[in-house]
Parts: sequence; C-alpha cells; structure tokens
Amino acid sequence: MNVDNTKMMDIKNIVLRFGGVVAIQNISFDIFKGEIRAIIGPNGAGKSSMLNVINGFYHPQEGEVWFRGKKRGSMKPYQIAHQGIARTFQNIALFKGMSALDNIMTGRFTHMKKSIFSQIIWAGGASKEEYENREVVEKVIDFLEIQHIRKTPVGALPYGLQKRVELGRALAAQPELLLLDEPMAGMNVEEKEDMSRYILDVNNEFGTTVALIEHDMGVVMDISDRVVVMDYGKKIGDGTPDEVRNNQAVIDAYLGVSEH
Amino acid sequence: MLYREVGEFKTSYAQDSQTFPIRFDRYRYYFVIIVGLLFIPFVINDYWANAVFLPFLIYAIAALGLNILTGYCGQVSLGTGGFMAVGAYASYKLMTAFPDLNIFFVIILSGFVTALVGTLFGLPSLRIKGFYLAVATLAAQFFLIWLFNKVGWFYNYSATGMITSPSRSVGSFFITGSESTPAAKYLFCFLFVFLLAWVARNLTRGKIGRSWMAIRDMDIAAEIIGVNPLIAKLSAFAISSFYVGVAGALFFSVYLGAVEPTEAFSIQKSFIVLFMVIIGGLGSIFGSFAGAAFMVLMPVALKNLLVLQFGWSVDIAAHFEFIIIGGLIIFFLIVEPHGLAQLWNLLKQKLRIWPFPY
Repeated sequence: MNVDNTKMMDIKNIVLRFGGVVAIQNISFDIFKGEIRAIIGPNGAGKSSMLNVINGFYHPQEGEVWFRGKKRGSMKPYQIAHQGIARTFQNIALFKGMSALDNIMTGRFTHMKKSIFSQIIWAGGASKEEYENREVVEKVIDFLEIQHIRKTPVGALPYGLQKRVELGRALAAQPELLLLDEPMAGMNVEEKEDMSRYILDVNNEFGTTVALIEHDMGVVMDISDRVVVMDYGKKIGDGTPDEVRNNQAVIDAYLGVSEH
Repeated sequence: MLYREVGEFKTSYAQDSQTFPIRFDRYRYYFVIIVGLLFIPFVINDYWANAVFLPFLIYAIAALGLNILTGYCGQVSLGTGGFMAVGAYASYKLMTAFPDLNIFFVIILSGFVTALVGTLFGLPSLRIKGFYLAVATLAAQFFLIWLFNKVGWFYNYSATGMITSPSRSVGSFFITGSESTPAAKYLFCFLFVFLLAWVARNLTRGKIGRSWMAIRDMDIAAEIIGVNPLIAKLSAFAISSFYVGVAGALFFSVYLGAVEPTEAFSIQKSFIVLFMVIIGGLGSIFGSFAGAAFMVLMPVALKNLLVLQFGWSVDIAAHFEFIIIGGLIIFFLIVEPHGLAQLWNLLKQKLRIWPFPY
C-alpha cells in the first residue's frame, strides 16, 4: 500500500492513570493513512491500554486523540465504531451462541440503517438491506476462506478459525482504521503466515489502515511500515523496523542492560 | 426419508435465510396453520378451549416475549407476572373508558402500555446484570401487584377489588363476556399468536435481533462494533413487555374473564413462563411454543391419566402432578440443557441421515 503522509490518527501526550498506577506516560505518535503501524513492547508496557484509549474504552486523564484531522471529544466505544474504527481482541471476543455468518453479519451493524418498523414486517427495505449486506459479508468470507464453517456456531470452532472469524467481523465493518490486538497469539507458524497474508491483503486491496500489537518480532518487522516501542508506559522508540531494530533503548528494554 | 435437504439448491440469500429452509419443514408448518385455522375452530368445545388451546396460545405469547428478553438479549426477568398484570389492567381500563374501541385495538394498546412500563423497569439493566437484575425485576413483580391491589382507580373502585371483562365483539362474534363462543376466542388468540410469532421471527433474524444476541454473548465486543447497549437492552425490554402485556390482556379478557391480581398474576406466573422458556429452549421461537405446550399440556395429560385412567382421587393426583412435572423439568435440563428446541434439532439431524447412519 502506498502510504501518503496524511495523518489518519494523531495521538498527543496521552496520560492514563488507574489510581496510582500510571499505565501510559505522555505518549504521542501518529498513524498515517494506509500504513501498517505496529505497537510492540514487553508485557505490561501499556500496549493494550493504548488500543483501549484509541477505541474509547479508557478515557485518558490528559492528552488528545485526533482522528481524520479532527480532535475527538469524549466518546463511547459504539460511537467510535460508527466513525470507522474496528478492532479484534487479544482473547477472542466472539458471540459464542451465534454462527460464524451471524457473527460477521453483526459486523455490518453500523451499515444497516432501516427502522425497526421495517424490520418488524421484514419489508420496506429491511430484507433488501439484509441481503445487500449479506453480499458484503460473503465477500469477507471468501477472502478469509471460511466458506465451509459459515453456519457453524463459533463456540465449536478451533482457535485459529475463531481468530479468523473475529478478523472477519472487524473487516465486515469496512473500517478505515483496523486495530488488531495480538492477532497471532497462540498460533503455529502456518497459521501465522496465513494471518500475515490476510493483514497484508487487507492493507493492500482494501486500503485499510492497520494498527496492530504483536509479540512475534519476525512478523512485526516483516509486515509493518512503522513501529512504536513502549516500555513501562513510556515510548522508547518510533520509526521504521530497521531504525527500531538498531535503537539502543529498544535493545536494552528487550535484552536487558548489563551492569558494569 | 422425508426429511431431506438433498436436491434443494438455494440460489439467493433470501432463500438461504428463510425460516423453514427444508421443504418438508415448510409443508409441516403449512399443515399446522391449516389445521389450526380450518379444522380446530369447528370441533373446539369449552373444555378443549379452556383446558388446552387458550392457555397454550396465551402462554406461547408470553413465552415468546420472555424469550426475546432472556433468550435473545440475555437479561433475566422475574417480573413477567407483574407485566402480564399491567397488560390485563390496561385492557380493563381501556375497555371501560372507551366502550366503542374494538377489542383488537384494546389488546394492542395494552401491549404498548406494558411496553412503556417494561422499559421503565428495564432501566436498571443498564447497570446490573444476571442475578442482580433478576432481583430488580422481582421488585417490579411485587410492586406492580401491590399497586393494582391498593389503588382503587385501577379496578374502578369495585367492591371486590376484582376486574371483570365486559362483553366485546369483533363484527358479530363475541370475544369476551358470557356470550362468547370457544371458537371465536380461539381464533382471536390464534390470530395474535400468528402475528406475534411472525414479528418475533422477523426481529430476531435481522439487525436488531443480532444486536440483542451480541449483547447477550459478549457485551464489550457488541459495543465496539457499534451496538449501543442502551438501545439494545431497552428495546428488548420494550418489545418483550409488549408481548407479555398482550398475553396478560388476553389472559384476563378472553381466557379468565375476571381476575384478582394476587391470585392470577402472582410470582408463580413469572416462574411458569420462565420455565417454559428454559425448558423450551432459550433463544428459539420454536422453543417458546414447545415450552408453552409442555407446561400447559403436561398437567392436563397427567390429570387425565391419573384420575380417569388409574382412578386416583383428585387431590392426590394434583400433588403427584407437581412431583412428576418437577422431575421432568430436572430430567430435561440434565439430558438437554438447551431445551426441547435443541432436542428437536437433534432429532432433525438424525432424520436427515435416516435410515443410513453414515
């Protein structure tokens, strides 16, 4: 994906505290339109908290979030979803009682506008709207190669497929910014390769901007355009994979500092 | 052999998502509707109407309503009896205040009144979940019954504190009061069941139904894909209460004719409807009917068996009824926690491959 240097999201001086614990200390970074932006760091660095801030679950005590050139006020997560930000979770958060198809259809929620009265009589556009959205969902299902499990309840699926369905649900929303919280956690090499390919394809074909948290350094360095490194709630590095790899502070954080 | 999906090719999304995707299922459904409309009204008598069909149809509506709330949206409610009472008293007040209003619209309007009350009592669900919400709705149950006993305006200051349904008709057919016929009552309830089941199906297969199920299964994930929990939960409460209100209004005006709130809409009603939903199957339209049929028909069947066949005295039979029904409930929940609807699905799976098991 060719990244033009317009800022899709600009995060300025975020401070997030839980009582006395400072989870995020004055962090700023930006996400360009069309790039794959990785956030890495050791456990407890505040990466997931950062996603939760972007996503509206946490409201930072200080700092600003700018999205598409506008400063964002205090918003609820569902309002942020309507702005075009979708995400997946570290621990799969699928709707266990529903089929894979219904899960992904739920991802179309923000695109379905027909009134409740139309839905009651299943006419006046509600059924038409349903089938139009089904078409979009079927494209996502094709893309992720999960046709065979369409009608299976997701609770019965193996872990790797559940991760894929969850990605499908986020993709179905056709977001401008896609947040992925450890999309490859607990996967074997093949599954990681598949998932990397899907992420690159999403970025290439649909032009979706991706921000992801990942622990597998090989994957991060291969697929991302730029990387933010966090440690103990502070930003210690920011730049292309090569720059980050050679950053002394990052090396220290990951490998430890020898004491002379 | 009959039950086959082989050879049925779906060529549109509309076909793929129809209610009865398998031809045999569809014909069975038409058959039930035709028997219900063209056969039963001609043979129905007072006993069958009062012992079997009216309670089954009315409880089916209440079970559909509670299933929307508890089965689809995951909000446990123990206030069903209270909300049925709201429907009953709303219909009574409407019937006495507007004698010219058609009974059909009286019932519908009672549903809307109950929906309002239900939404009000649904407000705590935004803060509390699970058992705590059940306790909050329990408060609704006791408060509403207390209100209808205490405030004379609700029962038009009648000396007995009871409400009695005046005679009302659709065209020349009396639905309520002493001149009503079993067939007219039956068809009137049948119409409501048919309409409301159809609406429930439409709601649960579309956007709003998925938003309820999303809230039920994982409320955090529901929120990040754009579901407003406030709207999802309150709409579930409103629509569920509408159904329960219609059931209450029919229960009072068409079925019983005269009620006293402590007796007719006690906490026991809430539990009976909750049992129907659990035994029938949470989150299933068919389950609501199966549960209602089970809870209504079982006592009747047992009474016939014990008293008429075995010649037991009525009081002993009545006690054994409780024991047997309780036992059956436990049995069903152990064998299949997802209720009769799931058993039915398993049976259909078996039928699909019968007679060759592999």
